[in-house]
Amino acid sequence: MARSLTTGFSAFALSAALAMTSFGAHAAESLTVVSWGGAYGAAQKNHMIDPFQKDTGVKVLFEDYSGGVAEMKAQVESGNIQWDVVDLEVIDLERACSEGLLETIPHDILPAGADGTPAADDFIPEALASECAVGNIVWSVVFAYNEKTIGGTKASSIGDFFDTQKIPGKRAMRKRPQVNMEWALLADGVAPAEVYEVLATAEGQARAFAKLDTLKNDIVWFDSWSQAPQLLNDGGAVLVQSANGRFYDAIRQEGKPFVIVWDGHVYDLDAWAVLKGSPKKDLAFKFIAYVTESKPLAGMSDVAYGPTRKSSAPMMDPAAAPHLPTAHLDKGIQAGSDFWADYGESLGEKFNEWLLK
Amino acid sequence: MSTLTTSEASQAAGARRKKRLNAFIFVVPLLLFILLTFVAPIGSMLWRSVHHPIVAELIPLTLAELQHWDGQQIPDQKTLTLFASELHGLAKRRLSGKLAEEINRSYAGMSSAVKSSARKIGRLKPEQLPSQGAETLLKAHRNWSKPELWYAIQRAGQVYTYDYYLTALDLELHPDQGIQVREDTQIYLQLYGKTLNMALVITLLCALLGYPLAYYLANLPENRANLLLVLVLLPFWTSLLVRTTAWIALLQTNGVINSFLLSAGLIGRPFEMLYTSFATVVAMTHILLPFMILPLYSVMRGIDASYLRAAMSLGAKPIPAFVRIYFPMTLPGLSAGALLVFIISVGYYITPALVGGTDGQMISNIIAFHMQRSSNWELAAALGSLLLALILLLYWLYDRYVGASNIKLG
Repeated sequence: MARSLTTGFSAFALSAALAMTSFGAHAAESLTVVSWGGAYGAAQKNHMIDPFQKDTGVKVLFEDYSGGVAEMKAQVESGNIQWDVVDLEVIDLERACSEGLLETIPHDILPAGADGTPAADDFIPEALASECAVGNIVWSVVFAYNEKTIGGTKASSIGDFFDTQKIPGKRAMRKRPQVNMEWALLADGVAPAEVYEVLATAEGQARAFAKLDTLKNDIVWFDSWSQAPQLLNDGGAVLVQSANGRFYDAIRQEGKPFVIVWDGHVYDLDAWAVLKGSPKKDLAFKFIAYVTESKPLAGMSDVAYGPTRKSSAPMMDPAAAPHLPTAHLDKGIQAGSDFWADYGESLGEKFNEWLLK
Repeated sequence: MSTLTTSEASQAAGARRKKRLNAFIFVVPLLLFILLTFVAPIGSMLWRSVHHPIVAELIPLTLAELQHWDGQQIPDQKTLTLFASELHGLAKRRLSGKLAEEINRSYAGMSSAVKSSARKIGRLKPEQLPSQGAETLLKAHRNWSKPELWYAIQRAGQVYTYDYYLTALDLELHPDQGIQVREDTQIYLQLYGKTLNMALVITLLCALLGYPLAYYLANLPENRANLLLVLVLLPFWTSLLVRTTAWIALLQTNGVINSFLLSAGLIGRPFEMLYTSFATVVAMTHILLPFMILPLYSVMRGIDASYLRAAMSLGAKPIPAFVRIYFPMTLPGLSAGALLVFIISVGYYITPALVGGTDGQMISNIIAFHMQRSSNWELAAALGSLLLALILLLYWLYDRYVGASNIKLG
């Protein structure tokens, strides 16, 4: 009893702040959906949220977060569920699902594709790999350069990212081990298929850090993908890492002279999931079934994220097709969600140690 | 001289009690507020850093059996079978991920191994467990035959633990050699040192910049001083994020400062200022400066100018008069400002995260990493508790050598 009292109490304290931000969010037919904001959030609002609200009359409260499982953990542990549906990176999904933070989604709620293909065959296999989620998009971490600042020699491979002789200037990377460690090994000549195998060994990790060392004085670190196009635009860095959709949006909407380099890109899925204990579980399932139909998924090509249903392909803007990660799968590797569930924390510590050296 | 009767005395005591009760009722909301928003979270954080019952709840039988284990070989068949059957139960209740994460924390790389082993064992029928459980487990992953792993499980299974504090101090417990310095990763002590160092630099800069300004303001006529004080307070009233982002605009490679210096022909190529500890120090000094100026100003205002005049008329030169008469009288304000700036900057998070880059990291950023990314809340709690203890220690030292009663905010 004493124990449950204290855990309840601490959970209360942790979720108090969350509770305050979304007080009164649970009016009659409403659903709280949480995603990543930015251009991606705008595309989701346009092609998923708004049509769903219109067709069902359910009010959707659409909120932003910046990834990670901490907020979900706080809500589930305290029993104070504020979010119903969440858009997760597969890296986080693996962990959230096995820790019991998410509901199991029966995949038979998913309707057949627009061309009549049953859902099980219509979705790419990775999209239905987890029992806790339904894959939404295929997106990718790539790097890009600015035609205006790159100079005479253009970058074309992941090796160029690490070659400051060939292309002098700053590199901007997100401050975390994910993707950066993979890139270091790829640039060091490790075969794409063996990257995670090598990275699981102490020697492989040392090798990746040694490669990153060669670049250390030329790296500008950032914390959020939204900072990346800015760095490329104002000349803060010559080669900049980000999600492909962020660059695509800057190119398409703002006419920036950015060029995306696909070599060595690390692609991953984003997936819709339902928070464990959500009082609106059934409505949440209905939402997920609705927004993962062929047409809403095709709309994600607005920001160059690939749809997870094959039947979405004919509905997409053909101009977007060459910019989707799915058009470049042969040049990239899939982010290792199992690997990062295993080594995320220990490599996170080592990465921070390396940063301090 | 008249004496009180007992009834009069009890009446008076009753009135006093009533008064005290009334006074207490007035502060109840504040007390409740502090209890809920301050004492309870800090208490739960301290508690979380030593109390860790998850593993003990998940595999109680295995842990009880492991108490008889010698620590040298693979645990015996009975323990392995027990563990296999508990893992079987966890797999059925979809809780194996929790165990996986906990074991992974003390033995990196085990998360997927625990989960896949749980899946394999989950496929066995309950009646197969006694005969095949142990064997299936050992076959599922080679690490199950390593004593180090079982030692790690045993450590993780302790309900009350100081292991997180060891990690927070870059130490680890070795099965044979006892407590020793962590072999693979050492970051936290370095970060504490760096954080204190930065806080000290920021405090010194604030004092150097704030003291002359406060002196100037304090010796102006009241109406002009108030006007200028608004200029000090204006940034104070501006959003923290706005001020930090303004520094990004100023300091970045092609930002205001660099473009100015470049176009004036003073430098050949832009300075790297943003994403360095320099940027953190500059931005934080700017943000925390009012905390130094305000107490200094109010203390200086209260100092009668005639003291300084008296010292000079008794033959002191201006500088000794300032150092020996005026400066000691401003010490209460200076120490209040310094303490405020120092303590606030030790725990600062937003500004270093935004402008700090690699070398502008402080301990708060790694606490945020463990809260948000690795979800190791216990370690985050231990790191936070150590930070709290460190600040209390510094405060105690300060009280001992300077005296807390010397602090004056106005």
